[in-house]
Amino acid sequence: MEQQADTTKIGMWLFLVTEVLTFGGLFAGFGLMQSRYPQEFIEAHEHLQRPLGALNTVVLLVSSFTMVMAVLAARTNQSKKTVRYLIMTIACAFIFLGVKYFEYSHKFEEGLLPGSFYHTQATDTVKIINAAGQVVPSHGYATFFSFYFMMTGLHGIHILAGIGLLTWIAIRANRGEFSSAYYTPVDLVGLFWHLVDLIWIYLFPLYYLIS
Amino acid sequence: MSDANIHGNSHSGTHSQLDAAPSGHHEHAHDPKAEARVYIATLSGLLILTAITVGASYIQFGSSAANIVIALTIATIKAVLVSLFFMHLLHEKPVNAIIAIAGFLFLGIFLMFDFLDVGSRANVQPTNLHVPVAAAPVAPGVATPAADVRKE
Repeated sequence: MEQQADTTKIGMWLFLVTEVLTFGGLFAGFGLMQSRYPQEFIEAHEHLQRPLGALNTVVLLVSSFTMVMAVLAARTNQSKKTVRYLIMTIACAFIFLGVKYFEYSHKFEEGLLPGSFYHTQATDTVKIINAAGQVVPSHGYATFFSFYFMMTGLHGIHILAGIGLLTWIAIRANRGEFSSAYYTPVDLVGLFWHLVDLIWIYLFPLYYLIS
Repeated sequence: MSDANIHGNSHSGTHSQLDAAPSGHHEHAHDPKAEARVYIATLSGLLILTAITVGASYIQFGSSAANIVIALTIATIKAVLVSLFFMHLLHEKPVNAIIAIAGFLFLGIFLMFDFLDVGSRANVQPTNLHVPVAAAPVAPGVATPAADVRKE
Protein backbone atom coordinates (compact mmCIF):
# COMPACT_ATOMS: atom_id res chain seq x y z
CA MET A 1 0.00 0.00 0.00
CA GLU A 2 2.76 2.39 0.91
CA GLN A 3 4.55 1.71 -2.35
CA GLN A 4 1.30 2.35 -4.24
CA ALA A 5 0.85 5.66 -2.45
CA ASP A 6 4.43 6.66 -3.25
CA THR A 7 4.03 5.76 -6.91
CA THR A 8 0.77 7.65 -7.39
CA LYS A 9 2.38 10.64 -5.74
CA ILE A 10 5.28 10.59 -8.19
CA GLY A 11 2.74 10.47 -11.01
CA MET A 12 0.88 13.42 -9.54
CA TRP A 13 4.09 15.45 -9.29
CA LEU A 14 4.90 14.69 -12.92
CA PHE A 15 1.44 15.97 -13.85
CA LEU A 16 2.01 19.10 -11.77
CA VAL A 17 5.27 19.73 -13.67
CA THR A 18 3.35 19.64 -16.98
CA GLU A 19 0.96 22.19 -15.49
CA VAL A 20 3.85 24.41 -14.46
CA LEU A 21 5.27 24.24 -17.98
CA THR A 22 1.87 25.02 -19.55
CA PHE A 23 1.50 28.15 -17.50
CA GLY A 24 5.22 28.82 -17.92
CA GLY A 25 4.72 29.26 -21.65
CA LEU A 26 1.97 31.79 -21.01
CA PHE A 27 4.12 33.63 -18.47
CA ALA A 28 6.94 33.77 -21.03
CA GLY A 29 4.57 35.28 -23.60
CA PHE A 30 3.31 37.78 -21.06
CA GLY A 31 6.87 38.78 -20.17
CA LEU A 32 7.89 39.23 -23.80
CA MET A 33 4.84 41.36 -24.59
CA GLN A 34 5.44 43.41 -21.48
CA SER A 35 8.97 44.19 -22.64
CA ARG A 36 7.56 45.17 -26.03
CA TYR A 37 4.70 47.34 -24.73
CA PRO A 38 5.89 48.54 -21.30
CA GLN A 39 3.89 51.79 -21.23
CA GLU A 40 0.69 50.18 -22.50
CA PHE A 41 0.93 47.34 -19.97
CA ILE A 42 1.34 49.77 -17.09
CA GLU A 43 -1.66 51.83 -18.21
CA ALA A 44 -3.78 48.73 -18.84
CA HIS A 45 -2.99 47.25 -15.43
CA GLU A 46 -4.40 50.39 -13.78
CA HIS A 47 -7.84 49.08 -14.82
CA LEU A 48 -7.41 46.04 -12.55
CA GLN A 49 -8.54 46.54 -8.98
CA ARG A 50 -5.65 45.79 -6.66
CA PRO A 51 -7.82 45.26 -3.54
CA LEU A 52 -9.88 42.60 -5.33
CA GLY A 53 -6.72 40.83 -6.49
CA ALA A 54 -5.34 40.95 -2.95
CA LEU A 55 -8.66 39.65 -1.56
CA ASN A 56 -8.56 36.69 -3.95
CA THR A 57 -4.95 35.99 -2.97
CA VAL A 58 -5.93 35.83 0.70
CA VAL A 59 -8.95 33.63 -0.13
CA LEU A 60 -6.78 31.15 -2.03
CA LEU A 61 -4.09 31.08 0.67
CA VAL A 62 -6.74 30.34 3.32
CA SER A 63 -8.21 27.63 1.07
CA SER A 64 -4.75 26.04 0.79
CA PHE A 65 -4.57 26.01 4.59
CA THR A 66 -8.01 24.39 4.98
CA MET A 67 -6.98 21.86 2.31
CA VAL A 68 -3.82 20.83 4.13
CA MET A 69 -5.86 20.56 7.35
CA ALA A 70 -8.30 18.26 5.51
CA VAL A 71 -5.37 16.03 4.50
CA LEU A 72 -4.13 16.01 8.10
CA ALA A 73 -7.63 15.14 9.38
CA ALA A 74 -7.97 12.31 6.84
CA ARG A 75 -4.61 10.90 7.89
CA THR A 76 -5.55 10.98 11.56
CA ASN A 77 -8.88 9.17 11.01
CA GLN A 78 -11.15 12.19 11.56
CA SER A 79 -13.68 11.82 8.76
CA LYS A 80 -16.05 14.53 10.00
CA LYS A 81 -13.23 17.03 10.30
CA THR A 82 -12.01 16.09 6.82
CA VAL A 83 -15.45 16.81 5.35
CA ARG A 84 -15.72 20.08 7.25
CA TYR A 85 -12.33 21.32 6.04
CA LEU A 86 -13.10 20.24 2.47
CA ILE A 87 -16.39 22.17 2.53
CA MET A 88 -14.48 25.24 3.76
CA THR A 89 -12.03 24.81 0.87
CA ILE A 90 -14.91 24.57 -1.63
CA ALA A 91 -16.50 27.68 -0.10
CA CYS A 92 -13.21 29.59 -0.60
CA ALA A 93 -13.14 28.42 -4.23
CA PHE A 94 -16.63 29.82 -4.78
CA ILE A 95 -15.69 33.13 -3.12
CA PHE A 96 -12.71 33.33 -5.48
CA LEU A 97 -14.91 32.71 -8.52
CA GLY A 98 -17.49 35.22 -7.26
CA VAL A 99 -14.85 37.95 -7.03
CA LYS A 100 -13.54 36.94 -10.45
CA TYR A 101 -17.08 37.13 -11.90
CA PHE A 102 -17.46 40.63 -10.48
CA GLU A 103 -14.11 41.65 -12.00
CA TYR A 104 -14.86 40.11 -15.38
CA SER A 105 -18.32 41.71 -15.70
CA HIS A 106 -16.77 45.07 -14.81
CA LYS A 107 -14.20 44.62 -17.60
CA PHE A 108 -16.90 43.56 -20.08
CA GLU A 109 -18.90 46.71 -19.32
CA GLU A 110 -15.89 48.96 -19.82
CA GLY A 111 -14.91 47.25 -23.07
CA LEU A 112 -11.62 46.01 -21.59
CA LEU A 113 -11.66 42.93 -23.78
CA PRO A 114 -9.04 40.80 -25.52
CA GLY A 115 -7.76 41.36 -29.04
CA SER A 116 -10.03 43.02 -31.56
CA PHE A 117 -12.88 43.27 -29.04
CA TYR A 118 -10.94 45.88 -27.07
CA HIS A 119 -12.64 49.28 -26.83
CA THR A 120 -10.31 52.25 -26.69
CA GLN A 121 -10.14 53.93 -23.28
CA ALA A 122 -9.74 57.64 -22.61
CA THR A 123 -6.58 56.89 -20.64
CA ASP A 124 -4.80 55.18 -23.55
CA THR A 125 -1.88 57.49 -24.37
CA VAL A 126 0.28 55.40 -26.70
CA LYS A 127 -0.95 55.84 -30.27
CA ILE A 128 0.31 54.48 -33.57
CA ILE A 129 -0.54 55.35 -37.15
CA ASN A 130 -1.94 52.38 -39.02
CA ALA A 131 -1.61 51.48 -42.70
CA ALA A 132 -4.64 53.62 -43.58
CA GLY A 133 -3.00 56.68 -42.07
CA GLN A 134 -5.34 56.79 -39.05
CA VAL A 135 -4.14 57.42 -35.51
CA VAL A 136 -5.19 54.40 -33.45
CA PRO A 137 -4.29 53.15 -29.97
CA SER A 138 -1.35 50.78 -29.73
CA HIS A 139 -2.03 47.04 -29.90
CA GLY A 140 -0.38 46.76 -26.48
CA TYR A 141 -3.62 47.49 -24.60
CA ALA A 142 -5.58 44.73 -26.34
CA THR A 143 -2.57 42.40 -25.95
CA PHE A 144 -2.55 42.96 -22.19
CA PHE A 145 -6.20 41.96 -21.92
CA SER A 146 -5.71 38.99 -24.24
CA PHE A 147 -3.13 37.65 -21.81
CA TYR A 148 -5.19 38.67 -18.79
CA PHE A 149 -8.26 36.74 -19.90
CA MET A 150 -6.26 33.78 -21.22
CA MET A 151 -4.23 33.29 -18.05
CA THR A 152 -6.85 34.12 -15.41
CA GLY A 153 -9.41 32.19 -17.50
CA LEU A 154 -7.24 29.07 -17.64
CA HIS A 155 -6.58 29.46 -13.93
CA GLY A 156 -10.35 29.81 -13.36
CA ILE A 157 -10.94 26.56 -15.26
CA HIS A 158 -8.47 24.92 -12.86
CA ILE A 159 -10.48 26.32 -9.94
CA LEU A 160 -13.66 24.82 -11.44
CA ALA A 161 -11.92 21.46 -11.90
CA GLY A 162 -10.70 21.75 -8.31
CA ILE A 163 -14.25 22.34 -7.05
CA GLY A 164 -15.35 19.16 -8.86
CA LEU A 165 -12.48 17.13 -7.37
CA LEU A 166 -12.99 18.54 -3.87
CA THR A 167 -16.71 17.72 -4.00
CA TRP A 168 -15.94 14.17 -5.08
CA ILE A 169 -13.40 13.78 -2.26
CA ALA A 170 -15.79 15.30 0.29
CA ILE A 171 -18.53 12.82 -0.67
CA ARG A 172 -16.10 9.91 -0.32
CA ALA A 173 -14.79 11.24 2.99
CA ASN A 174 -18.36 11.55 4.20
CA ARG A 175 -18.82 7.84 3.44
CA GLY A 176 -15.83 7.17 5.69
CA GLU A 177 -13.65 5.82 2.90
CA PHE A 178 -10.45 7.44 4.12
CA SER A 179 -8.23 6.57 7.06
CA SER A 180 -4.59 6.65 8.06
CA ALA A 181 -4.20 3.47 6.01
CA TYR A 182 -5.62 5.02 2.82
CA TYR A 183 -6.04 8.71 2.10
CA THR A 184 -4.19 9.01 -1.24
CA PRO A 185 -7.08 10.75 -3.11
CA VAL A 186 -7.26 13.49 -0.46
CA ASP A 187 -3.49 13.91 -0.62
CA LEU A 188 -3.36 14.15 -4.41
CA VAL A 189 -6.34 16.52 -4.76
CA GLY A 190 -4.58 18.58 -2.10
CA LEU A 191 -1.45 18.74 -4.26
CA PHE A 192 -3.52 19.87 -7.24
CA TRP A 193 -5.24 22.53 -5.15
CA HIS A 194 -1.94 23.88 -3.83
CA LEU A 195 -0.63 24.12 -7.40
CA VAL A 196 -3.64 26.23 -8.36
CA ASP A 197 -2.80 28.47 -5.40
CA LEU A 198 0.85 28.54 -6.45
CA ILE A 199 0.00 29.73 -9.97
CA TRP A 200 -2.13 32.52 -8.53
CA ILE A 201 0.80 33.54 -6.30
CA TYR A 202 2.63 34.47 -9.54
CA LEU A 203 -0.39 35.77 -11.47
CA PHE A 204 -1.30 38.26 -8.76
CA PRO A 205 1.91 40.36 -8.66
CA LEU A 206 2.45 40.21 -12.44
CA TYR A 207 -1.05 41.43 -13.33
CA TYR A 208 -2.14 43.54 -10.39
CA LEU A 209 1.10 44.91 -8.98
CA ILE A 210 3.32 45.90 -11.91
CA SER A 211 3.92 49.62 -11.97
CA MET B 1 6.52 -2.81 4.77
CA SER B 2 9.11 -5.02 3.06
CA ASP B 3 7.80 -3.77 -0.28
CA ALA B 4 8.49 -0.22 0.76
CA ASN B 5 12.05 -1.11 1.74
CA ILE B 6 12.71 -2.79 -1.59
CA HIS B 7 11.40 0.27 -3.36
CA GLY B 8 13.43 2.61 -1.23
CA ASN B 9 16.69 0.74 -1.71
CA SER B 10 16.35 0.03 -5.39
CA HIS B 11 17.65 3.47 -6.32
CA SER B 12 21.24 2.95 -5.33
CA GLY B 13 23.58 1.12 -3.07
CA THR B 14 23.40 3.65 -0.25
CA HIS B 15 21.54 1.27 2.06
CA SER B 16 22.67 2.80 5.26
CA GLN B 17 21.49 6.28 4.35
CA LEU B 18 18.06 5.17 3.20
CA ASP B 19 17.62 2.88 6.17
CA ALA B 20 18.53 5.69 8.45
CA ALA B 21 15.78 7.86 6.95
CA PRO B 22 12.59 7.61 9.00
CA SER B 23 10.27 5.02 7.51
CA GLY B 24 7.28 7.13 8.52
CA HIS B 25 7.97 9.75 5.90
CA HIS B 26 4.31 10.75 5.98
CA GLU B 27 5.00 12.34 9.35
CA HIS B 28 3.06 9.67 11.21
CA ALA B 29 5.41 10.13 14.09
CA HIS B 30 4.54 13.81 14.36
CA ASP B 31 1.97 15.07 16.75
CA PRO B 32 -1.07 16.23 14.69
CA LYS B 33 -1.44 19.32 16.85
CA ALA B 34 2.19 20.29 16.31
CA GLU B 35 1.68 19.74 12.60
CA ALA B 36 -1.41 21.97 12.59
CA ARG B 37 0.66 24.67 14.30
CA VAL B 38 3.23 24.44 11.49
CA TYR B 39 0.44 24.96 8.95
CA ILE B 40 -0.95 27.94 10.86
CA ALA B 41 2.55 29.45 10.97
CA THR B 42 2.92 28.86 7.21
CA LEU B 43 -0.42 30.54 6.52
CA SER B 44 0.55 33.50 8.70
CA GLY B 45 3.84 33.84 6.84
CA LEU B 46 2.05 33.74 3.49
CA LEU B 47 -0.47 36.39 4.55
CA ILE B 48 2.27 38.67 5.90
CA LEU B 49 4.21 38.31 2.63
CA THR B 50 1.04 39.15 0.68
CA ALA B 51 0.62 42.31 2.73
CA ILE B 52 4.29 43.22 2.11
CA THR B 53 4.07 42.69 -1.65
CA VAL B 54 0.86 44.76 -1.92
CA GLY B 55 2.44 47.51 0.19
CA ALA B 56 5.65 47.44 -1.86
CA SER B 57 3.66 47.85 -5.08
CA TYR B 58 2.62 51.36 -3.97
CA ILE B 59 6.27 52.40 -3.58
CA GLN B 60 8.50 53.24 -6.53
CA PHE B 61 11.91 51.54 -6.21
CA GLY B 62 13.80 53.50 -8.83
CA SER B 63 12.67 51.60 -11.90
CA SER B 64 9.75 49.39 -12.87
CA ALA B 65 12.23 46.53 -13.27
CA ALA B 66 13.17 46.88 -9.59
CA ASN B 67 9.50 46.68 -8.59
CA ILE B 68 8.99 43.56 -10.69
CA VAL B 69 12.10 41.89 -9.23
CA ILE B 70 10.90 42.64 -5.67
CA ALA B 71 7.37 41.36 -6.41
CA LEU B 72 8.67 38.17 -8.03
CA THR B 73 11.17 37.53 -5.23
CA ILE B 74 8.37 37.71 -2.65
CA ALA B 75 6.17 35.49 -4.87
CA THR B 76 8.99 32.93 -5.05
CA ILE B 77 9.40 32.90 -1.26
CA LYS B 78 5.64 32.29 -1.00
CA ALA B 79 5.83 29.49 -3.59
CA VAL B 80 8.66 27.83 -1.65
CA LEU B 81 6.65 28.03 1.59
CA VAL B 82 3.61 26.45 -0.11
CA SER B 83 5.62 23.63 -1.69
CA LEU B 84 7.73 22.84 1.39
CA PHE B 85 4.94 22.83 3.98
CA PHE B 86 1.52 22.62 2.30
CA MET B 87 2.73 20.26 -0.43
CA HIS B 88 4.85 18.32 2.12
CA LEU B 89 8.02 18.42 0.01
CA LEU B 90 10.10 18.90 3.17
CA HIS B 91 9.07 15.53 4.63
CA GLU B 92 8.34 13.68 1.42
CA LYS B 93 10.62 11.19 -0.33
CA PRO B 94 13.27 13.22 -2.19
CA VAL B 95 12.19 11.94 -5.61
CA ASN B 96 9.16 14.26 -5.56
CA ALA B 97 11.31 17.27 -4.76
CA ILE B 98 13.70 16.27 -7.56
CA ILE B 99 10.78 16.19 -10.03
CA ALA B 100 9.52 19.57 -8.83
CA ILE B 101 12.97 21.19 -8.94
CA ALA B 102 13.64 19.70 -12.40
CA GLY B 103 10.36 21.19 -13.63
CA PHE B 104 11.25 24.67 -12.42
CA LEU B 105 14.84 24.28 -13.65
CA PHE B 106 13.67 23.60 -17.20
CA LEU B 107 11.14 26.42 -16.96
CA GLY B 108 14.06 28.64 -15.95
CA ILE B 109 16.13 27.52 -18.97
CA PHE B 110 13.14 28.19 -21.23
CA LEU B 111 12.57 31.68 -19.82
CA MET B 112 16.29 32.50 -19.82
CA PHE B 113 16.75 31.78 -23.54
CA ASP B 114 13.50 33.62 -24.34
CA PHE B 115 14.67 36.78 -22.68
CA LEU B 116 18.26 36.45 -23.89
CA ASP B 117 16.88 36.35 -27.42
CA VAL B 118 14.62 39.36 -27.00
CA GLY B 119 17.23 41.28 -25.02
CA SER B 120 19.81 40.91 -27.78
CA ARG B 121 17.57 42.47 -30.44
CA ALA B 122 16.88 46.08 -31.33
CA ASN B 123 14.15 47.58 -29.23
CA VAL B 124 11.18 47.23 -31.57
CA GLN B 125 8.31 49.28 -30.19
CA PRO B 126 5.35 50.96 -31.83
CA THR B 127 6.80 54.33 -30.88
CA ASN B 128 9.87 53.53 -32.96
CA LEU B 129 7.70 52.54 -35.88
CA HIS B 130 5.69 55.77 -36.13
CA VAL B 131 7.46 57.20 -39.14
CA PRO B 132 7.95 54.09 -41.28
CA VAL B 133 4.42 52.81 -40.68
CA ALA B 134 2.91 56.18 -41.55
CA ALA B 135 5.09 56.74 -44.60
CA ALA B 136 5.04 53.34 -46.21
CA PRO B 137 1.66 52.57 -47.77
CA VAL B 138 -0.66 55.29 -48.92
CA ALA B 139 -4.31 54.31 -48.72
CA PRO B 140 -5.98 54.37 -52.11
CA GLY B 141 -8.55 57.08 -52.60
CA VAL B 142 -8.82 58.14 -48.96
CA ALA B 143 -8.19 61.82 -49.64
CA THR B 144 -7.26 63.91 -52.65
CA PRO B 145 -3.60 64.44 -51.72
CA ALA B 146 -3.19 60.68 -51.43
CA ALA B 147 -4.76 60.23 -54.83
CA ASP B 148 -2.30 62.76 -56.26
CA VAL B 149 0.61 60.92 -54.80
CA ARG B 150 -0.63 57.71 -56.31
CA LYS B 151 -0.80 59.23 -59.77
CA GLU B 152 2.83 60.23 -59.63
